[in-house]
Order: sequence, then C-alpha cells, then structure tokens
Amino acid sequence: MATLKELAAQEEKFVGGHTSCAGCGYPNIFRLSLAAIKDPVVVVGATGCCEVNTSIFPYTSWKVPFLHSAFENSAATCSGVEAAYQSLVKSGKAKDENFRFVAFGGDGGTYDIGLQSLSGAMERGHDLLYICYDNGAYMNTGIQRSGATPRYANTTTAPVGKVKPGKLQKKKDLAKIMVGHNVPYVAQTIAGNWKDLTNKVEKAMSIRGPKFIVVLATCPLGWATKTQDTVKLTQMAVDSCFWPLYEVENGKYKLSYDPKDKKIPLAEWLKLQGRFKHLFKPGNENLLAEIQAEVDQDWADLKALCDFHSQKV
Amino acid sequence: MTFTAGNYTGKLTVTELPEGGIWTEPGSSLMRKTGDWKTLQPVWDGQKCISCLTCWAYCPDSCFKTEKVLNEKTGKEDVKNRGIDLDHCKGCGICAAVCPPKVAAITMEKAR
Amino acid sequence: MTATTIIKQLTVAKTGNEAMADAMRQVNPDVVAAYPITPATEIAQIFSSFVADGMVTTDMVTVESEHSAMSATIGAAAAGARAMTATASQGLMLMAEMLPIAAALRLPIVMPEVNRAISGPINIHCDHSDTMFCRDAGWLQIFSENAQEAYDNVLQAVKIAEDPRVHLPALVTTDGFIISHGMETIKILPDDEAKSFVGEYKPNYSLLNHEKPITVGSIDLQNYYFEHRIPMIEAMKTAKDIIKQVGREYGEKYGRFYDLIEQYKIDDAEVALICLGSTAGTAKDVVDALRTKGQKVGLIKIRVFRPFPVEDLAAALRNLRAAAVFDRSDSLSGYGGPVFTEVCSALFNSENKPKIVNYIYGLGGRDIDIHTIEAVYDRLNKLKDAQDTGEIVSYLGVRK
Repeated sequence: MATLKELAAQEEKFVGGHTSCAGCGYPNIFRLSLAAIKDPVVVVGATGCCEVNTSIFPYTSWKVPFLHSAFENSAATCSGVEAAYQSLVKSGKAKDENFRFVAFGGDGGTYDIGLQSLSGAMERGHDLLYICYDNGAYMNTGIQRSGATPRYANTTTAPVGKVKPGKLQKKKDLAKIMVGHNVPYVAQTIAGNWKDLTNKVEKAMSIRGPKFIVVLATCPLGWATKTQDTVKLTQMAVDSCFWPLYEVENGKYKLSYDPKDKKIPLAEWLKLQGRFKHLFKPGNENLLAEIQAEVDQDWADLKALCDFHSQKV
Repeated sequence: MTFTAGNYTGKLTVTELPEGGIWTEPGSSLMRKTGDWKTLQPVWDGQKCISCLTCWAYCPDSCFKTEKVLNEKTGKEDVKNRGIDLDHCKGCGICAAVCPPKVAAITMEKAR
Repeated sequence: MTATTIIKQLTVAKTGNEAMADAMRQVNPDVVAAYPITPATEIAQIFSSFVADGMVTTDMVTVESEHSAMSATIGAAAAGARAMTATASQGLMLMAEMLPIAAALRLPIVMPEVNRAISGPINIHCDHSDTMFCRDAGWLQIFSENAQEAYDNVLQAVKIAEDPRVHLPALVTTDGFIISHGMETIKILPDDEAKSFVGEYKPNYSLLNHEKPITVGSIDLQNYYFEHRIPMIEAMKTAKDIIKQVGREYGEKYGRFYDLIEQYKIDDAEVALICLGSTAGTAKDVVDALRTKGQKVGLIKIRVFRPFPVEDLAAALRNLRAAAVFDRSDSLSGYGGPVFTEVCSALFNSENKPKIVNYIYGLGGRDIDIHTIEAVYDRLNKLKDAQDTGEIVSYLGVRK
C-alpha cells in the first residue's frame, strides 16, 4: 500500500481552481482516490457538487478523462463506458491499456435517486469502482435531507421546528445494501483518513468486477462546522463509532479500526456541528440518549459480525 | 486552436467550440484564481516543516507544491514540501489544523 | 441506374421487430444496452440470441431500466463505441431525460423504437404519442411504413447519424404490433453489403485516451449554453440534405429510394391526406381505388418528422386545394395533433396553400380502415370548393 510520499510524488489528476466551498470535504477524496490508481482511468461523475464545481465550462479540474451525463445514473453511464472498452478491445478497435473505471456520486445521487442505477451496475458485474462521497444531505441544492442524513440532523426540508427535532428517520445503511449485491468488495471509510481511504481504493482496484466504497465527507456549509475542522470531524465520526471503518471482502466483514478505550461519546462529535445544535438544549437529553444507544447497538452488531467472520472454522 | 488564458473570458464563438460541448484542456480550472476568496491565509515555515505531507493529503484545493528529491543519506527518492500555491488557496485552515502540533509549520493570519 | 445494377438481395419473411433486429446484426454495434418493453421487447431479445450465438461481437448490457439503457448507451458512445438500444412507449418516456443529453453530446446513437400509446390509461397498442412526446429532444425521427422500410431505415439511420455533418442520435420507428409483429416478405442486403453501406464508425471524440484526456458533459453557465445549442440546431438542418443523399444512394444501390417525404400520386392531385407510418400503406390503397373512379386524390407520407421537412412539404402542398393531416396522437393543446400544427406552420408563409383539416385517429391501437379514409377523401373533395372549412380538428372512430 502506497505511502503518502509515493502518492504525492505523482502528478495530480485532479487540480485546484474548482469552486467547492473553502474547507469542502470531498475534493481530497477525488485527489487521493485517483492518486491510488496507477492505471489509466476514466472518471464518471453524477450531477451534484462533484460535477458543478469541477467542470464549469471551459474550466475543468480533471486531468483524466471525465464524463458527466446526469444525476441518477453515474453507475449506469460508467457501465456503458466499461462495456465499450471491453468490446473495443475484444474486437481489436482499441488497445488493451488496462483502463480502469471509477464512478463518483454524492449521497443524494447514490443512496436515493441513483440507487437503482447503482444496484443494476453492481449486479451486472462490470469492472468498475463506485465511490460515494457522503456528506449526509443534498448540499448542492441547499442542504435538503437525503436517505443519508443522520437522525435529528437539521436540514432545510426536515428543519428543526417547534414540534419536530429535524429529520426523524435513521440513516440508510448503504454499505450493507451493497454487500447484499454479492460483489467482491465493499468498504466504508472517511475523507479524513488518507491511509485508510487510499488503501481501500488500492485494494478495490486490485480486484476485477464491481466494487463499492462509501466515504464520509464533511460539508462545512451543511453541517455548520468550522472549515478547519473538516478532517477532524470525520475522524471523530469514526472514534464515536457513528461511522466505523470496515471492509467486506466476498461477504466477510472485517473491521479496519477499533477505537477501543478511545471511543468518544457521540455528543462530542455532534456538539461541533450546528446541524445538531438543538439536541443540546434542555429537554432534548432523551434524543441524544436515543441516538447514542442506536450507535452503540450498531457498533456492537458490527463487531459481532466481524468477530464471527474472523473465526477460523 | 490552442487554448490559452485569453480563451477563458467567455468569448469563444460557436465555430471555435469543440463539438459536443467537450473540453480538451485538462486541468484548465487552474486558470481560475480561487485564492482571492480567502479572508485568512496560511503561512508556511519551510524551516519547521518536516515534509510529512499531511497538509498535502488534506488540502481540498491541491495547493501544496511538492518536489521529488534524492535523499543524499539513504540514496532513495524523497518528496519534499515546497509550500503553498496561494493563487488557489481559499484559506480554509485545514493545513494548519492537520500540521502535527510538535511541528506547527503552518499558521493562519489575516489575508493580505 | 438500370435495374441490372441493383445489388442482389435475399427475400425473407420477417416481422418488423425481426427486420430491425436483423439490421442491427448487420450493423454489429460495439455495445447494445436494452430493457424489455412491449411491443419492442423482441428486438433486444432476438439481438441477444445473435450475441449468444457469436453472430455479432457486441457487448450486450442488460440494464435494469430504460433510463440506464440510454445512460449506458451514452457512456459507451462517449467512449468511442457504436452503441444502440431499442424501446417503446413508457420506456422512451423513462429515457426522456437522457435523450437531449445524447443529442447535446453529439453521439450518433441509433434506436429502433416501436410506436405505442403512452399511459394513462396504460395501453400496449399503437399510436404515436410516445415518439411525439420526444419530438424536441434533438433526435432524428424516421417513421417506417412497413417492415421493409423499418429494415432499410435502420441501416440508413446509422449512416446518417454517424455522418460528421450530422452527429446526432436517431430514432427509427415502426407502428406497434401493426408492423412490429406483422409478418411480411422483405428484401435484406447481403451482410457484407450492409456492412460496407453503413461504413466504419469514426467517433469524433473518445474518453479512452489517457494522453489527451477530455472533459465531457461540463456545466455551462449563461456564457456558453447558447453557443453550445446552436451547432445542434445547425446539424438538424444539415441532416435534411444528408438524409436525402443517403436515401438516394440506397435507392441507386438497392432499388428502394427514400426521401424526407414520399409523394404518392400528388402531381395532379387536388386533395391529399398527410400521414406517418403504417397508415400510409392503407391510404395508398384508398388513393388507388378513388383514382380508378377519376378522383384527383393523393397522399403525402412524412417519413422524417425530425428534422421537420418544412420546404419539401410546402412545395408538395402548393398546388393542392384541400388536405387532411392524420395525427396518431393528440398534443392535448386543445388544437389537434403535432403533425397538424407543424404542417400548418410550414405553410404559413406560402403564397399558395390548401385548406387544411386535422384528424386525430387510432389512439391506443384503434383500427383505421379503408372506409374511414374514403370518407375523409369525400370530405376533402367537398371542402376544395367550399367557402367554409367547417370543423378543423375531428376525431375518427370515437363513440361519442
């Protein structure tokens, strides 16, 4: 697995001058993922911050071939590019240059509107890696709730009001849904751990077939956080066990990191984020306790699953 | 035609544009100087920097310039931090936040 | 050209779907991405058997929806592949978002499409409401009268769409069940002849070039969107000449000539019917029968609806005194069907123009017979000398 020096020694495949907000959490997912891929690569992006910030004509931040067609279909579009490559190589119309294919989508474009397209592409077995950058809401259109928004977060379509404490529903477990597709590799990571992220991308690319990685990314605007805290915030999501780092190879769950006695209370992570501000008002203690219990239960379940899969038969 | 900074003024005509709305100059966003967005700016101290490159890893705007050098002691290739591209830095402060506290090679100050 | 120079062809019995699938086999696209939908299902199904039997080198992507079918086809075409799909009705509607994107990216995707009513209520039978719904998507639209034309049109559409002066996607339609499932005797070209007619595809750009990486599908702001739309509009206009050229070349080689419109016994006609698709076949029989009675009647078949043959229609209609436009869909504008309003607009600036009435017919597969068409010609014969046009938009065969 590549060191930071090795990653930094290469020419950047995704450059600055894009229009994402200061302190945005997703651009380094692109930078680091692409740095971890040594072979020629085609990137397909879904509509969203990813596309509108990086390719305002005639500006483009991409130094690799990049295609955007619409919002809900980066997986399907990427599957077409991959099929074309396989076909053209097979018929001798294109050279076999070991081209690899990566599709990017935000949580709205992946958990919600693009779920069907993603499901189809994974089931069909295309040799592509789908990377979801998950900042937990439709940030590009102005912080609307998505299937990835955590319970009780404040968003513009599930706002905190006199009778509602933000989004009532629990965040979807996308990695688990992808595991259900029987694909060879699924992983969950964060934008704020370069080593875990690039290791997982490298591992994914060593496998032929469909791969899926979901990456938690901070959105300072949507989370109402300080721009300099972007990296720390995803690390705290891991340390609180809200967002554990793990991978699933051929259906076997494996924990990438266990905070053990460094596990922090969820409230420590939440209190840095304006979207959870209301949870710290008197009278809302029960809500905090409820989501802490939920995180603890999910963490225990995940650990049990990983322990089960690590047992030698 | 070749594309230069002068083309980025929104003046290209119908006949000058490549077919299909494609763009053929990779990385052309560097023509856009997002550096003027910032209210704070990072100051990098090359003397203190140990080139751990954590700032490089987490800069959302790819602003850390690196250079491949030969480490004379080990004879191996090394990569050194060569400072910040302020033309594109938006002043988020991530670099200062991730710089190891014992090193503290980056500080934030009011943008000039 | 004399008949002796026409290249020998094979006479076979095929349904419209089989004919289109066979044309696709001869084209041998690099990628086909498709999803089942009545009455177009068979096209992809038959094509899949060609893939399974190694008769084509196509990579078949059996997607989970038509939206993904068009998305994958766009991805494949942007990677420099010759890519096709096929659909109908609700499938076309689900693709609708992606259709203008394929056109704007200037990808010459060819799509056989079987005309079927759109929901609701749900109905699987023929009308043109699906194709008409997508008429402003930047796709060429070629209508077929029968299985022979469906076959010929697919081959020509590939050549037209891939012409560097066009580079637009193309729909080739047949009428659901009437053509798609009707068995006919047709002539097909020898495989090598079909291959050489469509030629080798040379994409204008490809994502599969890491030395010259391109960005495809950028976001345009106010300063570029308009400039990016204009070339598409120009290509649509240019396509008229290319369609004519290809139709003439096809005729010279294979004996069946094609144009933007087909004029049937129009030269001395006083009245005419204007229609698209399979109804033209029925109407031609009526014209023949009425001609034997000495009536000066004719027919104009619009083969290509996009680009709209404004000039050709204006010229063809110039000497007529009355015409009836047959629409197999209603625009729900409160003023008839889309073919009617566009034909009228084509004539608006002409010095000479006939009286024009509109008939909406055949929605949801309602049959159209020769007696009904005869009655329309009767009305046109009276209308040509009448002061008052009467009802402009009428609905044929509805129980009121």
